[in-house]
Amino acid sequence: MTALQQTGWADRFRHINTGRWMVWGGYALVMIAAPLLWKSSLSLTMLTQMGISIIACLAFNMLLGQGGMLSFGHAVYSGLGSFFAIHALNMASKGQITLPVSLVPLVAGGFGALFAVLLGFVTTKKAGTPFAMITLGVGELVAAMALMFPGFFGGEGGITGNRVQGQPFLGITYGPQIQLYYLIAIYTFICTALMFAFTRTPLGRMLNAVRDNPERVEFIGYNTQFVRYFAFIASGFFMGIAGGLAALNFEIVTAEVVGATRSGAYLLFTFLGGAVFFFGPIIGAVLLVLALVLLSELTQAWLLYLGLVFTFMVMFAPGGISSLIMMNLRVASFGKLRPLIGSYLALAGTAATVLLGAAVMIEMVYHLQLNEALGPVMKFMGASLNAKGFDTWFGACFVMLVGLVMFEMARRQFVKEWGRTQEEIERLIKQREAAT
Amino acid sequence: MNPAAEFALELRDVRKSFGKTEIIRGASLQVRPGERVAVIGPNGAGKSTLFNLISGRFGSTSGDILLHGEKLDGLKPYEINRKGLARSFQVSNLFVRLSVFENLRCAVLWSLNYKYSFWRFLADAKDANARAEEVMHMIKLDKRRDVLAMNLTYAEQRALEIGITIAGGASVILLDEPTAGMSRSETARFVNLIREITVGKTLLTVEHDMGVVFGLADKIAVLVYGEVIAFDTPEKVRANDRVKEAYLGSVLAEAQAAEAGH
Amino acid sequence: MDVSYFLISLLNGLSVGLLLFMLASGLTLIFSMMGVLNFAHASFYMVGAYVAYTITQAIGFWWGLLLAPPIVGLMGAAFERYALRRVHKFGHVPELLITFGLSYLILELVGLIWGRQALNFLPPESLQGPLFTVVQLPEALQFAWGSPPEVCKTVAGAICTQFPSFRAFGMGVAVLMLVSVWLLLTRTRIGLVIQAALTHPDAVEALGHNVPRVLMLVFGGGTALAALAGVIGGALRVTEPSMALAVGAVVFAVIVIGGMGSLAGAFVASLALGVIDSFAVGSDSSLADIFKAVGLGITPDTFGYVVWSVKMSQVAAILPYLLLVLILIFRPKGLFGTREG
Repeated sequence: MTALQQTGWADRFRHINTGRWMVWGGYALVMIAAPLLWKSSLSLTMLTQMGISIIACLAFNMLLGQGGMLSFGHAVYSGLGSFFAIHALNMASKGQITLPVSLVPLVAGGFGALFAVLLGFVTTKKAGTPFAMITLGVGELVAAMALMFPGFFGGEGGITGNRVQGQPFLGITYGPQIQLYYLIAIYTFICTALMFAFTRTPLGRMLNAVRDNPERVEFIGYNTQFVRYFAFIASGFFMGIAGGLAALNFEIVTAEVVGATRSGAYLLFTFLGGAVFFFGPIIGAVLLVLALVLLSELTQAWLLYLGLVFTFMVMFAPGGISSLIMMNLRVASFGKLRPLIGSYLALAGTAATVLLGAAVMIEMVYHLQLNEALGPVMKFMGASLNAKGFDTWFGACFVMLVGLVMFEMARRQFVKEWGRTQEEIERLIKQREAAT
Repeated sequence: MNPAAEFALELRDVRKSFGKTEIIRGASLQVRPGERVAVIGPNGAGKSTLFNLISGRFGSTSGDILLHGEKLDGLKPYEINRKGLARSFQVSNLFVRLSVFENLRCAVLWSLNYKYSFWRFLADAKDANARAEEVMHMIKLDKRRDVLAMNLTYAEQRALEIGITIAGGASVILLDEPTAGMSRSETARFVNLIREITVGKTLLTVEHDMGVVFGLADKIAVLVYGEVIAFDTPEKVRANDRVKEAYLGSVLAEAQAAEAGH
Repeated sequence: MDVSYFLISLLNGLSVGLLLFMLASGLTLIFSMMGVLNFAHASFYMVGAYVAYTITQAIGFWWGLLLAPPIVGLMGAAFERYALRRVHKFGHVPELLITFGLSYLILELVGLIWGRQALNFLPPESLQGPLFTVVQLPEALQFAWGSPPEVCKTVAGAICTQFPSFRAFGMGVAVLMLVSVWLLLTRTRIGLVIQAALTHPDAVEALGHNVPRVLMLVFGGGTALAALAGVIGGALRVTEPSMALAVGAVVFAVIVIGGMGSLAGAFVASLALGVIDSFAVGSDSSLADIFKAVGLGITPDTFGYVVWSVKMSQVAAILPYLLLVLILIFRPKGLFGTREG
């Protein structure tokens, strides 16, 4: 992390204007073109959810990455937004209010912000670890209340709604998923742009200052708690929008949308994508949907894998995937990436071996524990394995151990080469500085 | 705030106890606007504590602190800063993941009334950007504009520390051991820097380096065991018996040697 | 309210409170020492219950009680040594996150090894059944050891409430543990080193003590305490994968209410929450009842009736969090707050 930040390289990258137009144009293009490239209904489902998750994870990162505030209960704001959205939708269906379906997420955003105003003041009284604990408590409070008031929260069954209602606008009824996708895409693009713009405002910058040194902020004239509080409200607004879009998408909202599990998911994947760079949560959101929809179908051990990946990330790459990408982009910009490719391949190969061995063993354990009725034979990547067979276990264990040894060797080699590359880059930088 | 008040900063029998231990035992001081005061004293005399009391980091147990004639009782640090007092820290207290320029810009935002706005872009804040550039030029860190604060050298960090302190345009500046840990040449350069950038401002600085003290200060305040035992011009302080007895001793010889060296 | 009911509720509340405190104390020690809040603390509580269950099935409860805490303590120490220590240099947020990741992992592994159903973890034969019964007769208050006496069935209007032996045992274990830890910290050499390293780790290291090893010890000790609480809690209540989250959130609320880093605060807050919970769970009154008592008539048509009519027993589960919010509004430092996060 320090290597990358040493030149503020990422900052300089931002100053390039053509780069900026390309990036945003590319982003819009990807969102427009994606459903044309991946046409299946499963893909469309996932793309829709990705859009929603992107907004949520970016909003979450307003607090984590930009403000240094770790929230364990952020699903409260998106969840409450969802509930108010679905009720607004139903009220519109019944004709009690006039509300175009496409504006429902804004209503949700409003309520998300409202609850952030109410709950945020108390929450932001503290920082750091106490803040995290308070968000956990408030999250539990709201989640428990959801079960106490079935009239509003719908109890076990939740609340359903219908997004196909009112006058079609230019023929758009939001009945077909693809229409909803483009609505979500528009919201996602606009919200991303707004949240990015936020980082370049006085409040956004002071939020960064609060993250880096909350005490010093007070000595330059700012009330640290207010900075946090206002950022909290802004984050709550966007969380609400995400919740509103989710309500439109699933047309049903149950109490689990405010629950600890969902809050934990936002946290886990935002961190995985990377809290340091603005686009990190976008990667995290994509992974979130891929994991929840695809990975959970592939294997019953997906939560275990997720937990392991997350824990290793915290230990070895706390900046997340985005920081890994940026580190390598930096190396590439100095023209030093090619020599490392060999090492990377070695790392990837040996890691894959370890993963294969470990995955086989994990899958076998899960199979034995959860699928006992189906007998000891299980399918793994096309092959039939006997989960109770000694040879399968021996084989998997052997593969994993051999892989581990080789991975360790590859890793040491890589560390050496990476270190050497960094030194060369340092030298280049010093040369350039001396030249100016 | 009363800009026409006789004293820019006044301490009236200020006391501060931490638990049962009384650190500041009735300190009194009157600093005129534009004066440069060096606060000296042995280790543990309470100099940093005094700064913390004045800047609002801690509240005083009793006594009054007045800024331009206005009492600072129980005010929070940001409220005191908004009234025109800024301080630096002995251990550099920077925004580590922001660049030099960003650090300085943050320091000017409140004084230029940007407050908590999120509807304006920083890029368009011409006055803030100009002022940040100006301060950056004053502290001679232009070449390091985009370097993150955590990657600066020690002396550069101390310079940035002072830059952040004065950027907001406060009229009363408190510097807590600005030259701590610097070499002789760096110190000399730094003293010139301080002199330049605090023109027309009221300055209080805690210092151990007697050369700096005699070169920079109009008046010296001697703090011993939480009391100001002397507050006068450098010559009179040097001749003061109480001071000699309590503190200067060997330091006096060092100062005389420094004088002889000029 | 009947006196017998009141007494038993009070005792129940204290027993829950002491259980909470066993958890909160370990958490506070770790937090005071290392500045890291162990998000997985309740997970170690859960593992303690499960490990004790397995040992109990094999060689009996007493062995479970004796062996489960050290085993889990070793796990905790190993985690500190190989994972947490590595993250220390990144700051407090990554430290909290890695314990968060650990809690996920433990949850999955426990479900994997022991299954996701609730386990039938019972107290040992010798500790089943009531320790004493409080008998409230129309004219007098009696007290009987053991099961309810004949008089409960024969006298009309007699209200008998039992107090289970295992609860009393749990309270005893908690008190014993507290006293031992207190003695350890204040009377032994290692305890003094720990106390010193709490506030001045560098000085202690300069004196030649192996501070990283002390940290590992404290972490392992804290998790062992959690496991001990788990053995009691698992047998007293239910042993299932959701027990960690259920208890965990309350313990964190306790910590903030009591003031982070304060053992005394954790003690008071734990007992208070335990007692409040005990009384609330058994109460059917609601705000509407209070309004009626004061003379304000509340009917189902009154605005917000849904809120006023919520019974205390329904609210019991969230009272800790309501208290948390109230404390933050009126006394943000917590009851005995000392150290900030």
